[in-house]
Amino acid sequence: MKYRYVVPGDDFSRAGKASSEIKRILGQLGIDPTMVKRTTVAMYEAEINMAIHAGGGVAEAEIGPERIAITMRDEGPGIPDIELAMTEGYSTAPEWIRELGFGAGMGLPNMKRNADELSIESAVGKGTTLRMTIYFKKAEGGV
Amino acid sequence: MNPALPFHSVTLDSERCVGCTTCLKKCPTEAIRVRKGKARIIDGRCIDCGECIRTCPHGAKKAISDPLSVISGYRIKVALPAPALFAQFEERFSIDRVLSALLALGFDEVFEVAEAADYVTEATRFLAKASCLDGDASALPRPIISSACPAVVKLIQVRYPSLLPHLAPVISPMEVAARIVKERIHAGEEGVGVFFVSPCAGKVTISRAPLGYARSSVDGVIGIKDLYVPLRNALAQTPERRLSRAKSSGLQWGRTEGEAEALGERRSISVDGIANVIGLLEALENGKLKDVAFIEANACPAGCVGGPLIVENPFIARTRLRNRAAACVGNPSRESLSPEVANSSIAPATRESLMELGWTEAVKARSSLALDADMLKAMIMMEEMDQLVTTLPGLDCGSCGAPSCQALAEDIVRGKAVETDCIFKLRENVRELAGRLLALEELKPPGLDR
Repeated sequence: MKYRYVVPGDDFSRAGKASSEIKRILGQLGIDPTMVKRTTVAMYEAEINMAIHAGGGVAEAEIGPERIAITMRDEGPGIPDIELAMTEGYSTAPEWIRELGFGAGMGLPNMKRNADELSIESAVGKGTTLRMTIYFKKAEGGV
Repeated sequence: MNPALPFHSVTLDSERCVGCTTCLKKCPTEAIRVRKGKARIIDGRCIDCGECIRTCPHGAKKAISDPLSVISGYRIKVALPAPALFAQFEERFSIDRVLSALLALGFDEVFEVAEAADYVTEATRFLAKASCLDGDASALPRPIISSACPAVVKLIQVRYPSLLPHLAPVISPMEVAARIVKERIHAGEEGVGVFFVSPCAGKVTISRAPLGYARSSVDGVIGIKDLYVPLRNALAQTPERRLSRAKSSGLQWGRTEGEAEALGERRSISVDGIANVIGLLEALENGKLKDVAFIEANACPAGCVGGPLIVENPFIARTRLRNRAAACVGNPSRESLSPEVANSSIAPATRESLMELGWTEAVKARSSLALDADMLKAMIMMEEMDQLVTTLPGLDCGSCGAPSCQALAEDIVRGKAVETDCIFKLRENVRELAGRLLALEELKPPGLDR
């Protein structure tokens, strides 16, 4: 099953809709609540990142019997140093974002912690594609 | 109790229900469907929040509670007034006077739930400390969510099962009060009846089908609204006796923020109103509330003073409760326990006795979400549902009896509704049928075709 959502770049208050839709779907499929939560947290972080840094983008989710594969694609500024971006506490978020309780430099590390697989392809000036997979049965690597 | 048939306090008065869609739209768990012109409640989904009672313009949703006559079967009749009771009356009637009036109505004794609330605060504080200790296997994940509001506990069971480990595994002030009366004050005695005087419909349900423990010590739950008139009449005539013992901290539990204030935890969030509670739990599930230690969540506006069984406006009641509590603070004889109370065995002061307030049974997910227990089947149903939703008008008009087009699609794949329940689909079908009839009319037998 495939789902596709447009993550808005101009309305921050609406960021998070895609992950909440996915949460509902996984719940109705009877997926273990722990796995639903891991998926939600990882996808929500990615959505917020997209809204803050990339001016929005497209979120796609493909759900199979064993896993959910999420692809977040944007045409934003890209990430110059992915390794640095993965460091806890590293953040390029502006002050107003921090005041909202985001931008603590935990986004990517948090995604990595919650997803079983995570890969990032990024080209400066062109955009970023982030892929995450969460396996429904596998209990390790969780929060 | 038959677990397959959960008892609910919130019920439908069929005579009054006109089958409108008001409650349908407000139900936070989509537990209502209009069938045959009446708004039926789906038992497995109802969390007894009372939102439908609050919103029904026809008074057709009501909470079943016990009548005052329920006390007559007991030798010693003990009333457990909720803090919200005192907020129903003007401040010129002291708490002692309200308690005295309860005795005038036929109760032999009173025990304030506000007093028990302080013990729950103690137990929660104890748990909060335990969860700070590194490597403590029994530590609760942060934030700890108060389990005092039964509708919130059930909401988490139905909609947020991943948050169940956050619930404080502590029995409620009502239950603590009932146990103190039965197990300490009247230990071993026969014929003791304990009755909660309640602002809350959920407490009626929880006293019959408890969560977290096997059997409730509460023998009956009487709605504040049912006692209001006789109490109001008794207030003026009753001589005032010194009965009240509860401290301001316990009284404050009756309004939002009171519980968090009693706990004294700075990093806490207090939220009320079921829609706001849902918003906060969504944020928590998204991993947003990282620096929060405690969540006090009340399903009712302004807290328990906004319960469906109250009389006074919740916001007037909230201010009164705040003022009454403030008056207690200025009164040293109330803030320090009287010697006879302090020396009695009532107060559970030790660590062991605080742990007696813990849950003895796990509170599990109530899975009404999954379309089917078999995931592959659920996936097929989900695909069908997604397809259906695209063909429905998306107006969420409620005319089909379901709260939204999405909910109708779900009902259809669950085999509980059909596509033509949608009046727009029905009209489409009628138009198509009319077209086919006209086309048929064009066809004439060869003998008549001239």
